[in-house]
Amino acid sequence: MTTTMSRRGFLKSAATTTAFLYVGASAQGAAAAAGSADAMLTPFVKIDSDGNIFAIVKHFEKGQGPATGLTSLIAEELGVTMDQIGYEFAPSNPALYANTFFGGFQGTGGSTAMANSFMQYRQAGANAREMLIKAAAAEWGVDAGALDIQEGMVTGAGKSAPLGDFVAGAAEFAPSENPRLREPSEWKIIGNPATRRKDSPIKVNGKAQFAMDLHLPNQMVAMIARPESRGGVVVSFDDTDAQTIKGFIMAQTLPNNAGVVVYAEDTWAAIQARDMLSVEWDMSGAEARSSQEIRDEILTALNAAPTYNVNKADQAAVKAAVDGAAQVVEKTFYFPLLAHAPMEPLNCTIEQTAEGKIVLHDGCQAPTGPHMAYQQIFGLPAEMIEINTMLAGGSFGRRATPDADYQVEAALAFIMTDRSRPVKLVWTREDDIRGGYYRPAAGHKVRIGLDESGKIVGWDHHVAAQSIMKGTPFEAMAVQEGIDHSSVEGTADGPYMIPSMSLGLTDTQKATSLLWWRSVGHTHTAYVMEVMMDMAAKAAGKDPVAFRLEYLQGEKDQARKAGVLKLAAEKGNWGNPAPGNVQGIAVHKSFGSYVAEVVEISGNLDDGIRIEKVTAAVDCGIAVNPDVIKAQIEGGIGYGIGHAMRDQITLADGAVEQYNFPDYEPLRISDIQAIETHIVASTEAPTGIGEPGTPPSAPALANAIAQLDLRVAELPMTENGVYFA
Amino acid sequence: MAITLKLNGKTHTVNAEPGTPLLWVIRDELKLTGTKFGCGVASCGACTVHMNGEPVRSCQTYIEDVEDAEITTIEVMEEDKIGAAVQQAWLELDVVQCGYCQSGQIMNAVGLLRENAKPSVEEIDEYMYGNACRCATYQRIRAGVQRAAEILEA
Ligand code: FES
Ligand code: FES
Repeated sequence: MTTTMSRRGFLKSAATTTAFLYVGASAQGAAAAAGSADAMLTPFVKIDSDGNIFAIVKHFEKGQGPATGLTSLIAEELGVTMDQIGYEFAPSNPALYANTFFGGFQGTGGSTAMANSFMQYRQAGANAREMLIKAAAAEWGVDAGALDIQEGMVTGAGKSAPLGDFVAGAAEFAPSENPRLREPSEWKIIGNPATRRKDSPIKVNGKAQFAMDLHLPNQMVAMIARPESRGGVVVSFDDTDAQTIKGFIMAQTLPNNAGVVVYAEDTWAAIQARDMLSVEWDMSGAEARSSQEIRDEILTALNAAPTYNVNKADQAAVKAAVDGAAQVVEKTFYFPLLAHAPMEPLNCTIEQTAEGKIVLHDGCQAPTGPHMAYQQIFGLPAEMIEINTMLAGGSFGRRATPDADYQVEAALAFIMTDRSRPVKLVWTREDDIRGGYYRPAAGHKVRIGLDESGKIVGWDHHVAAQSIMKGTPFEAMAVQEGIDHSSVEGTADGPYMIPSMSLGLTDTQKATSLLWWRSVGHTHTAYVMEVMMDMAAKAAGKDPVAFRLEYLQGEKDQARKAGVLKLAAEKGNWGNPAPGNVQGIAVHKSFGSYVAEVVEISGNLDDGIRIEKVTAAVDCGIAVNPDVIKAQIEGGIGYGIGHAMRDQITLADGAVEQYNFPDYEPLRISDIQAIETHIVASTEAPTGIGEPGTPPSAPALANAIAQLDLRVAELPMTENGVYFA
Repeated sequence: MAITLKLNGKTHTVNAEPGTPLLWVIRDELKLTGTKFGCGVASCGACTVHMNGEPVRSCQTYIEDVEDAEITTIEVMEEDKIGAAVQQAWLELDVVQCGYCQSGQIMNAVGLLRENAKPSVEEIDEYMYGNACRCATYQRIRAGVQRAAEILEA
C-alpha cells in the first residue's frame, strides 16, 4: 500500500467528473454540502474536478499566518499532508464567511482569525473526510467505520485508494452537524513545529501577487492630491503643468472635494503629474492643532476629575486610601500619534465587467465594509459587487477602517470615469505616513498607595485619550455608557487582582483621524500598567516578578498570566543578566493571550544602550502552528519596540510633520540582537497571536532602562533622554 | 525615448523618459512585479535589484544610467547559486511574514554573500541595515543569511 503520493495522484478518477465538493458549516450552524458550485452553501473545503484540494481561507493574509493556519485545520481533519492541499481566499460573502466573533461581518482583526475559525474549519475538514469515507464505503461495500483518510488515501477493510476517487460520490452525502473530530493524540499537523508556511515559496521568488502587483489590461493609475492638513477641501486646481507629463490622462476633483484625482497611464506618470498639480484649498474646516496643544489638552484633562468612572469605583474612597498610604508611587504618561506604515503602501484596483459587475481587487482586511459602501456608491445589489482578496503587504490595522477609506476613494475615482478602463488607486509612502488614521494620542496619570509592608492599598488611575470608536459605525457596539472600551482595555479588564482600584476616563478631542493600531488600547495601557508595577515593586523593595505574582494568586486567568511570567523569567535568566547588562520585565494579557517578555540591554545612558535579547513566553491556548506563533511574537516585539524607540507623528498647525521612512524610521535589523520565544503547552481553545506580542515589549524595555536610573514615561524614547547605540 | 535594457539575461527596448526610476520600468513596463515599491526614496530596500551583480535601489537608479549594465531581479535568483541558497534558507526558516520586503531582503543578502562568504553577525547587520521589514522578521533574516552561507559552504 502506498501511503505517500503527489497531489497529481488525486486526479485519477476525479478528473473524469466535473464535480466540485464544497463542505462546511453554515453561518446558522446547520451543515450542508453540494455537488456543484451552484449549489454550494458554505465552502471551506474545495476539491476541484482535477482532484486538487483547497482550503477556502476567509481571513486575509498580511503575514500573520491564516493561509497556513486555517489550511492546517482542514488538512488535519481531512487527512492530507500540507503538501497535498492548497488555499484560496474566500470571496466577499458574509453569509458564508463572516467572522464568527463579528456578528454578520466578514473581516479580520482583533487577533481573531484562528480563535473564531478553530472549530468551524475543523468541522468542515471532518465533514469532508466523513463524506468521502461514506462514498468509499458505499463503493467498496464495506463499513464506513472501518475506514479513515491518511495522507490523502482512503484506507481500511483491506483497501486503499486516493480520496480523489470519491469526490463525486461524496457529494451525494450531507455533512453532519457533529462530525467526529480527530483527537489531539491523532494530530500530526496541529501543534507541529515543523509545519511550514504555505505562502513562503511564492514570497521568496517574486511570484507572490500583492494588490500592488496587479496590472489589468488598459488600467489607469490614480493618485490623489490631498490637503496639507486633514479636512481641507478643494476650491480649484490647475493641471497645466501636469499635462506636460507623458502618460498624464486627466485630473478631476473628488465628488466630496477631499482631493484631486490624477489619472495616468502608469505609476511614475501619476507620481510626477500629481507633483505638478497646483491646487487651491479651503482650509477653514481643516485640522489646525499642533502636537503641543494636543499634549497639553491631555495632560490638563488628567489633572481634572475624569468624565467616566469606568469600573464604578468609589473614587473618593480610593483616593483616600492612596492619600493615607505609607508610600505613594505616582507617574504621568504620554503617548503620541503613530502611523501603521505597512510595507506595501495602500492601493486597490476597481473594474467593471461586461455584465456590469463591479470588482474590487484588494488586500482586503474587512470585505463587508467596502462591499456595503460600494452598494451605496454604485447603486448596485450585493451580488453585483465582487471582492478579490489578494495578499496584503502588512496592515497592523490600517487596511480595515470604519469608513473603508481607501476603497471608497478608489470607487469615487472610478465613478468619475466612463468605466471603460480599470482604475488602480495607489498611495505613496508619503500619502501613507501623512494620511491620518493614527493610533490615538493618550495620557495616563496613576497614583498607587503602598502600606508599610509594600502591599498595594489603593490604585487611582485616570486615562485621557482620543476615542477611536466614537463617531464611527461601530460606536453602538463598542461604546457603553459613554465609555469607549478601546481606550481602557488592558487596564479595565486585566487579570491583576488589585485591591481598591479606581479607573477614570476622559475623552479628548480627536486629532486628524484615528484608528486601531496593532493591539489597539493595549499599546498604551500595558505600558502604564507594567511600568507602574515595576515602580511599585521597587518602592516596596521587592523583586518585580515576585511583586506581580502577589496580585496573580487567582485561578485560571491569574494562573495563566503568572505562568508566562514565571516561564519568561526562568528562560530569560531573570536576575542574572550577562555582566554589565540590565533587565526589565513585563507581562500582559490581550486578545485572550498571555505574553511575558524579559528585555536585556547593554551599555549606558551616555554612550547609548543596545537591546541584547528579548525572551518571551506566550500562552495562546492550543498552539496550532508553533512556528507561526513564534514569528508573530518576534514581529509583535519588533513592532512595539521599534515605535517606542523613535517614532511619532507630530502636527504643526494641523499638518503632519513626517513624510517618509527617513523621518518615521522603522525598526532596523541591528536594533534587537536576539529574540527567543517559549510557548506554554495548553489544551485551552486557541486565542490571539497577531497582536499580543506587542503590548509587553515597550514596557519591558522601559523597565530595563529604568535600571539605569531613567524612567521613561513619554514616548518615543529617543525624544525623552534615551540614546540607542 | 527608446532605451535598451539588459535585464535577466534578455535585452529589452523600453520606452521611458530620462529620469524614470528603473523600478517603474521593471514593474509597470516589463511587468516584473517581484521588485517592490516601498518608499521611493532609498530608505527601505524593497526595490533592490542587482546592477552588474551588486545590489542597488531601483527607485533611485535612473533608466538612462543603466543602459550598459546587466540588471538582475528576484525572478531569476533561483538560477543563481547564491540566490538559490538564500531562497532555500528562507524556506527552511520561514523567514517571511507579509513578504512584501522579502524580494529586496533576498537581493541584498545575495549581494552580501557574493562579497563575503561567511559574514559575522555585525557584518550582516551592517550590510542589511537599509532593508526595512515592517513585520520585523530581522531575527530570521539574520539566521537566514547565516544558513545560506552554510548551505554554500557544504
Ligand atoms: S522603494 Fe526603493 S528603497 Fe524603498
Ligand atoms: S515580511 Fe512584511 S515587511 Fe518584511
